[in-house]
Amino acid sequence: MTAACPACVAAPAAIELAQMPDAVQLSVPALRCAACISAIESHLNALPDVMTARVNLSLKRVEVRTDLPTSDITQALASIGYDAYPLDAAALGEDGDQAGRDLLMRMGLSGFAMMNVMLLSVAVWSGAVGATRDLFHLISAAIAIPCVAYAAQPFFRNAARALKVGRLNMDVPISLAIVLAAAMSLYETLHGGAHAYFDAALSLTFFLLIGRYLEHRTRSAARSAAKELTALEVHQATRQTAHGSEVVPISALSIGDAIVVPTGMRVPVDGTLTSAHADTDRAFLTGESDPIPHTRGATLHAGEVNLGAPLHLTATAVGTDTRLHQIARLVDTAENARNRYTSLADRAAQIYAPAVHVLALVTFLGWVLVDGDIRHAVNVAIAVLIITCPCALGLAVPAVSTAAISKLYKLGFLVKSGTALERLAEVQTVLLDKTGTLTTPNFTFDLGSLSPSQCSIAKALADHSAHPLARALGRHLQESVPAPLTQIEEHKGKGVRAVWTDTDVALGQASWLGGRDGEARQGLTLKIGPVTIPLTYSEATRDGVPAMIAGLQSAGLTLDIMSGDTDAKTRSLADRLGIDRFAGHMSPEDKNARVGALADAGATPCMIGDGINDTIALTRAHASIAPGSALDAARNAADVVVVSDSMAQVPALFATARQTVRLSRQNFAIALAYNAVAVPIAIAGFATPLMAALAMSLSSITVLLNAMRIGVKP
Amino acid sequence: MNVLVFLIPVSLLLGTLGVVAFAWTLTTDQYDDPEGEASRILIDEDTGRPDQS
Repeated sequence: MTAACPACVAAPAAIELAQMPDAVQLSVPALRCAACISAIESHLNALPDVMTARVNLSLKRVEVRTDLPTSDITQALASIGYDAYPLDAAALGEDGDQAGRDLLMRMGLSGFAMMNVMLLSVAVWSGAVGATRDLFHLISAAIAIPCVAYAAQPFFRNAARALKVGRLNMDVPISLAIVLAAAMSLYETLHGGAHAYFDAALSLTFFLLIGRYLEHRTRSAARSAAKELTALEVHQATRQTAHGSEVVPISALSIGDAIVVPTGMRVPVDGTLTSAHADTDRAFLTGESDPIPHTRGATLHAGEVNLGAPLHLTATAVGTDTRLHQIARLVDTAENARNRYTSLADRAAQIYAPAVHVLALVTFLGWVLVDGDIRHAVNVAIAVLIITCPCALGLAVPAVSTAAISKLYKLGFLVKSGTALERLAEVQTVLLDKTGTLTTPNFTFDLGSLSPSQCSIAKALADHSAHPLARALGRHLQESVPAPLTQIEEHKGKGVRAVWTDTDVALGQASWLGGRDGEARQGLTLKIGPVTIPLTYSEATRDGVPAMIAGLQSAGLTLDIMSGDTDAKTRSLADRLGIDRFAGHMSPEDKNARVGALADAGATPCMIGDGINDTIALTRAHASIAPGSALDAARNAADVVVVSDSMAQVPALFATARQTVRLSRQNFAIALAYNAVAVPIAIAGFATPLMAALAMSLSSITVLLNAMRIGVKP
Repeated sequence: MNVLVFLIPVSLLLGTLGVVAFAWTLTTDQYDDPEGEASRILIDEDTGRPDQS
């Protein structure tokens, strides 16, 4: 069969082209403006083999469809000055925010319907009577009833869920008011009545959906950013086989596999060391800050970070059998403070909902007794329900927390839980993990007593050592010029010896170089000829930590350091930061017990920690914060993740949390004040649809305006 | 009041048009990157529609 025209011949090729390669997502934090968009898109689209590249400025991501390896794209972006981090597609999950789109559709529909019905209502309010009024009411019913049936479903579902377990939440009075308003108005319309509340039913739905959508939007932004943090960690390992090395997902590893861990990477599974020597950082597992030396045959645990040269190990436990997972599993069984907490809105609902229902019932019975007209009594009772419907109450908390969460997002905080701010506002004690939270995996050296020539010898020796402490010393002495050395020999796990213009010099463990016993034995020592000079070092504090400590203390919070590291190290850091309560040698269980004891004593503890050893305490604490550098298990357990490197803004988090609760309370008060005026009028039977519309809009707008004050400094 | 016979269907039609337009913006992912779309207007040569990404 021959093709009839050239286009038909070209068609199969076009179909092949249409099978686009999978999209690669890259996080580009430096994305800021329109110039970035066009620079990145034009640069990437100009590359051969790139199908499309599209920037998402809101998420600060670039989506690229290409056959090229991701590293090529990263390099291409680096060449025009943008740091890009590939994101793991699996951890990112399916994109497309279906729930948000659904809420937006309902909100849009109820908004359009509300405006149309409101127009018809204005005609009625301004004096339409008889057949015209009935016609307008009928048209309103035709718009309002299907719209309410569709748009108010989220409230109906939540109310049904609460009633099923025998509880009352805010959605119960909301649903009741919406349904009764629509039903009563329909009945009145069919019987030629004067008052129909279709506009009230719709504006209730619309205002409350705004609250719901705002809440959803900020929370999903925080969630997707949290997912992005997880997706930044590439869950892959390098396995050695008979044919060379291959990169495989960690889940594909099995016992007995030979695994290579490059410098600076985490050990993926538990295993036995097959290299001669290795140094690892165990801070994430135990909180110890010093590098741990290992020799052949030692057991390494998943989560340790390789500080030295690439190391080889044989897997002995994989997947859920690793120590990392065993600790993580304890978290599931730990008591979770979050599940016990009742949110401010729910507490208000528990008082408010029954009160409203009783009020409406009493009104109904009262009017039946007074004039015996059941239809009138029902009308008045429903008017009471509509007037008291917690439109402003439903907005009171979401509006404030939405404003607060988006403000905090700009300050570098991801608030993952809806009630996190309320719980943070109640915190009295802050428990701090030391390693990784207050400190960074770096060391600072106190070298004030060294002469420039001693410094240059130290620098030269440090440069020839693979030991992490020595390398940190080398980085610390960047400005010194290394002294010329000869006969350099490195003694693995001990230190470096060399000769410097006829003098024997060495850098290494104090015990190896004949230092005195005692606390200096572990330290780093420089030996020049017969003289030994101990090099004192301390952990570098994380950026902004002193500011955080000062801020938290002036906010009246009690601070307490809980560390898995040695007592001496914990004490030295606590002294440096001016914290008088601290404890070292804490196991994960000890930390959990301490949090539990404080919680029982009513001190509402907040845990700030980053390691797997903090995870149980993070879960148990009344509120919890994790730095962005934390292990993902710790980030998942925490309520708030500090995305920025600096901790300086943490006091602002607590201040904003307290302000959020204060503004939420004010909003409740405003809503109640409106009710206090409108309810007596409604009970007396003078309520009109116009009044209901005014009260509802005014109280909602007041509450929203009050919520916006969160941006203003307290 | 006979004018209502025309005006009411017209207003309902316009309302429906608005809802349909809104539904269309939703289905074509026009709310995925509000900041980006706002900035793209400043780029001389736009590189495509949002749904092509």
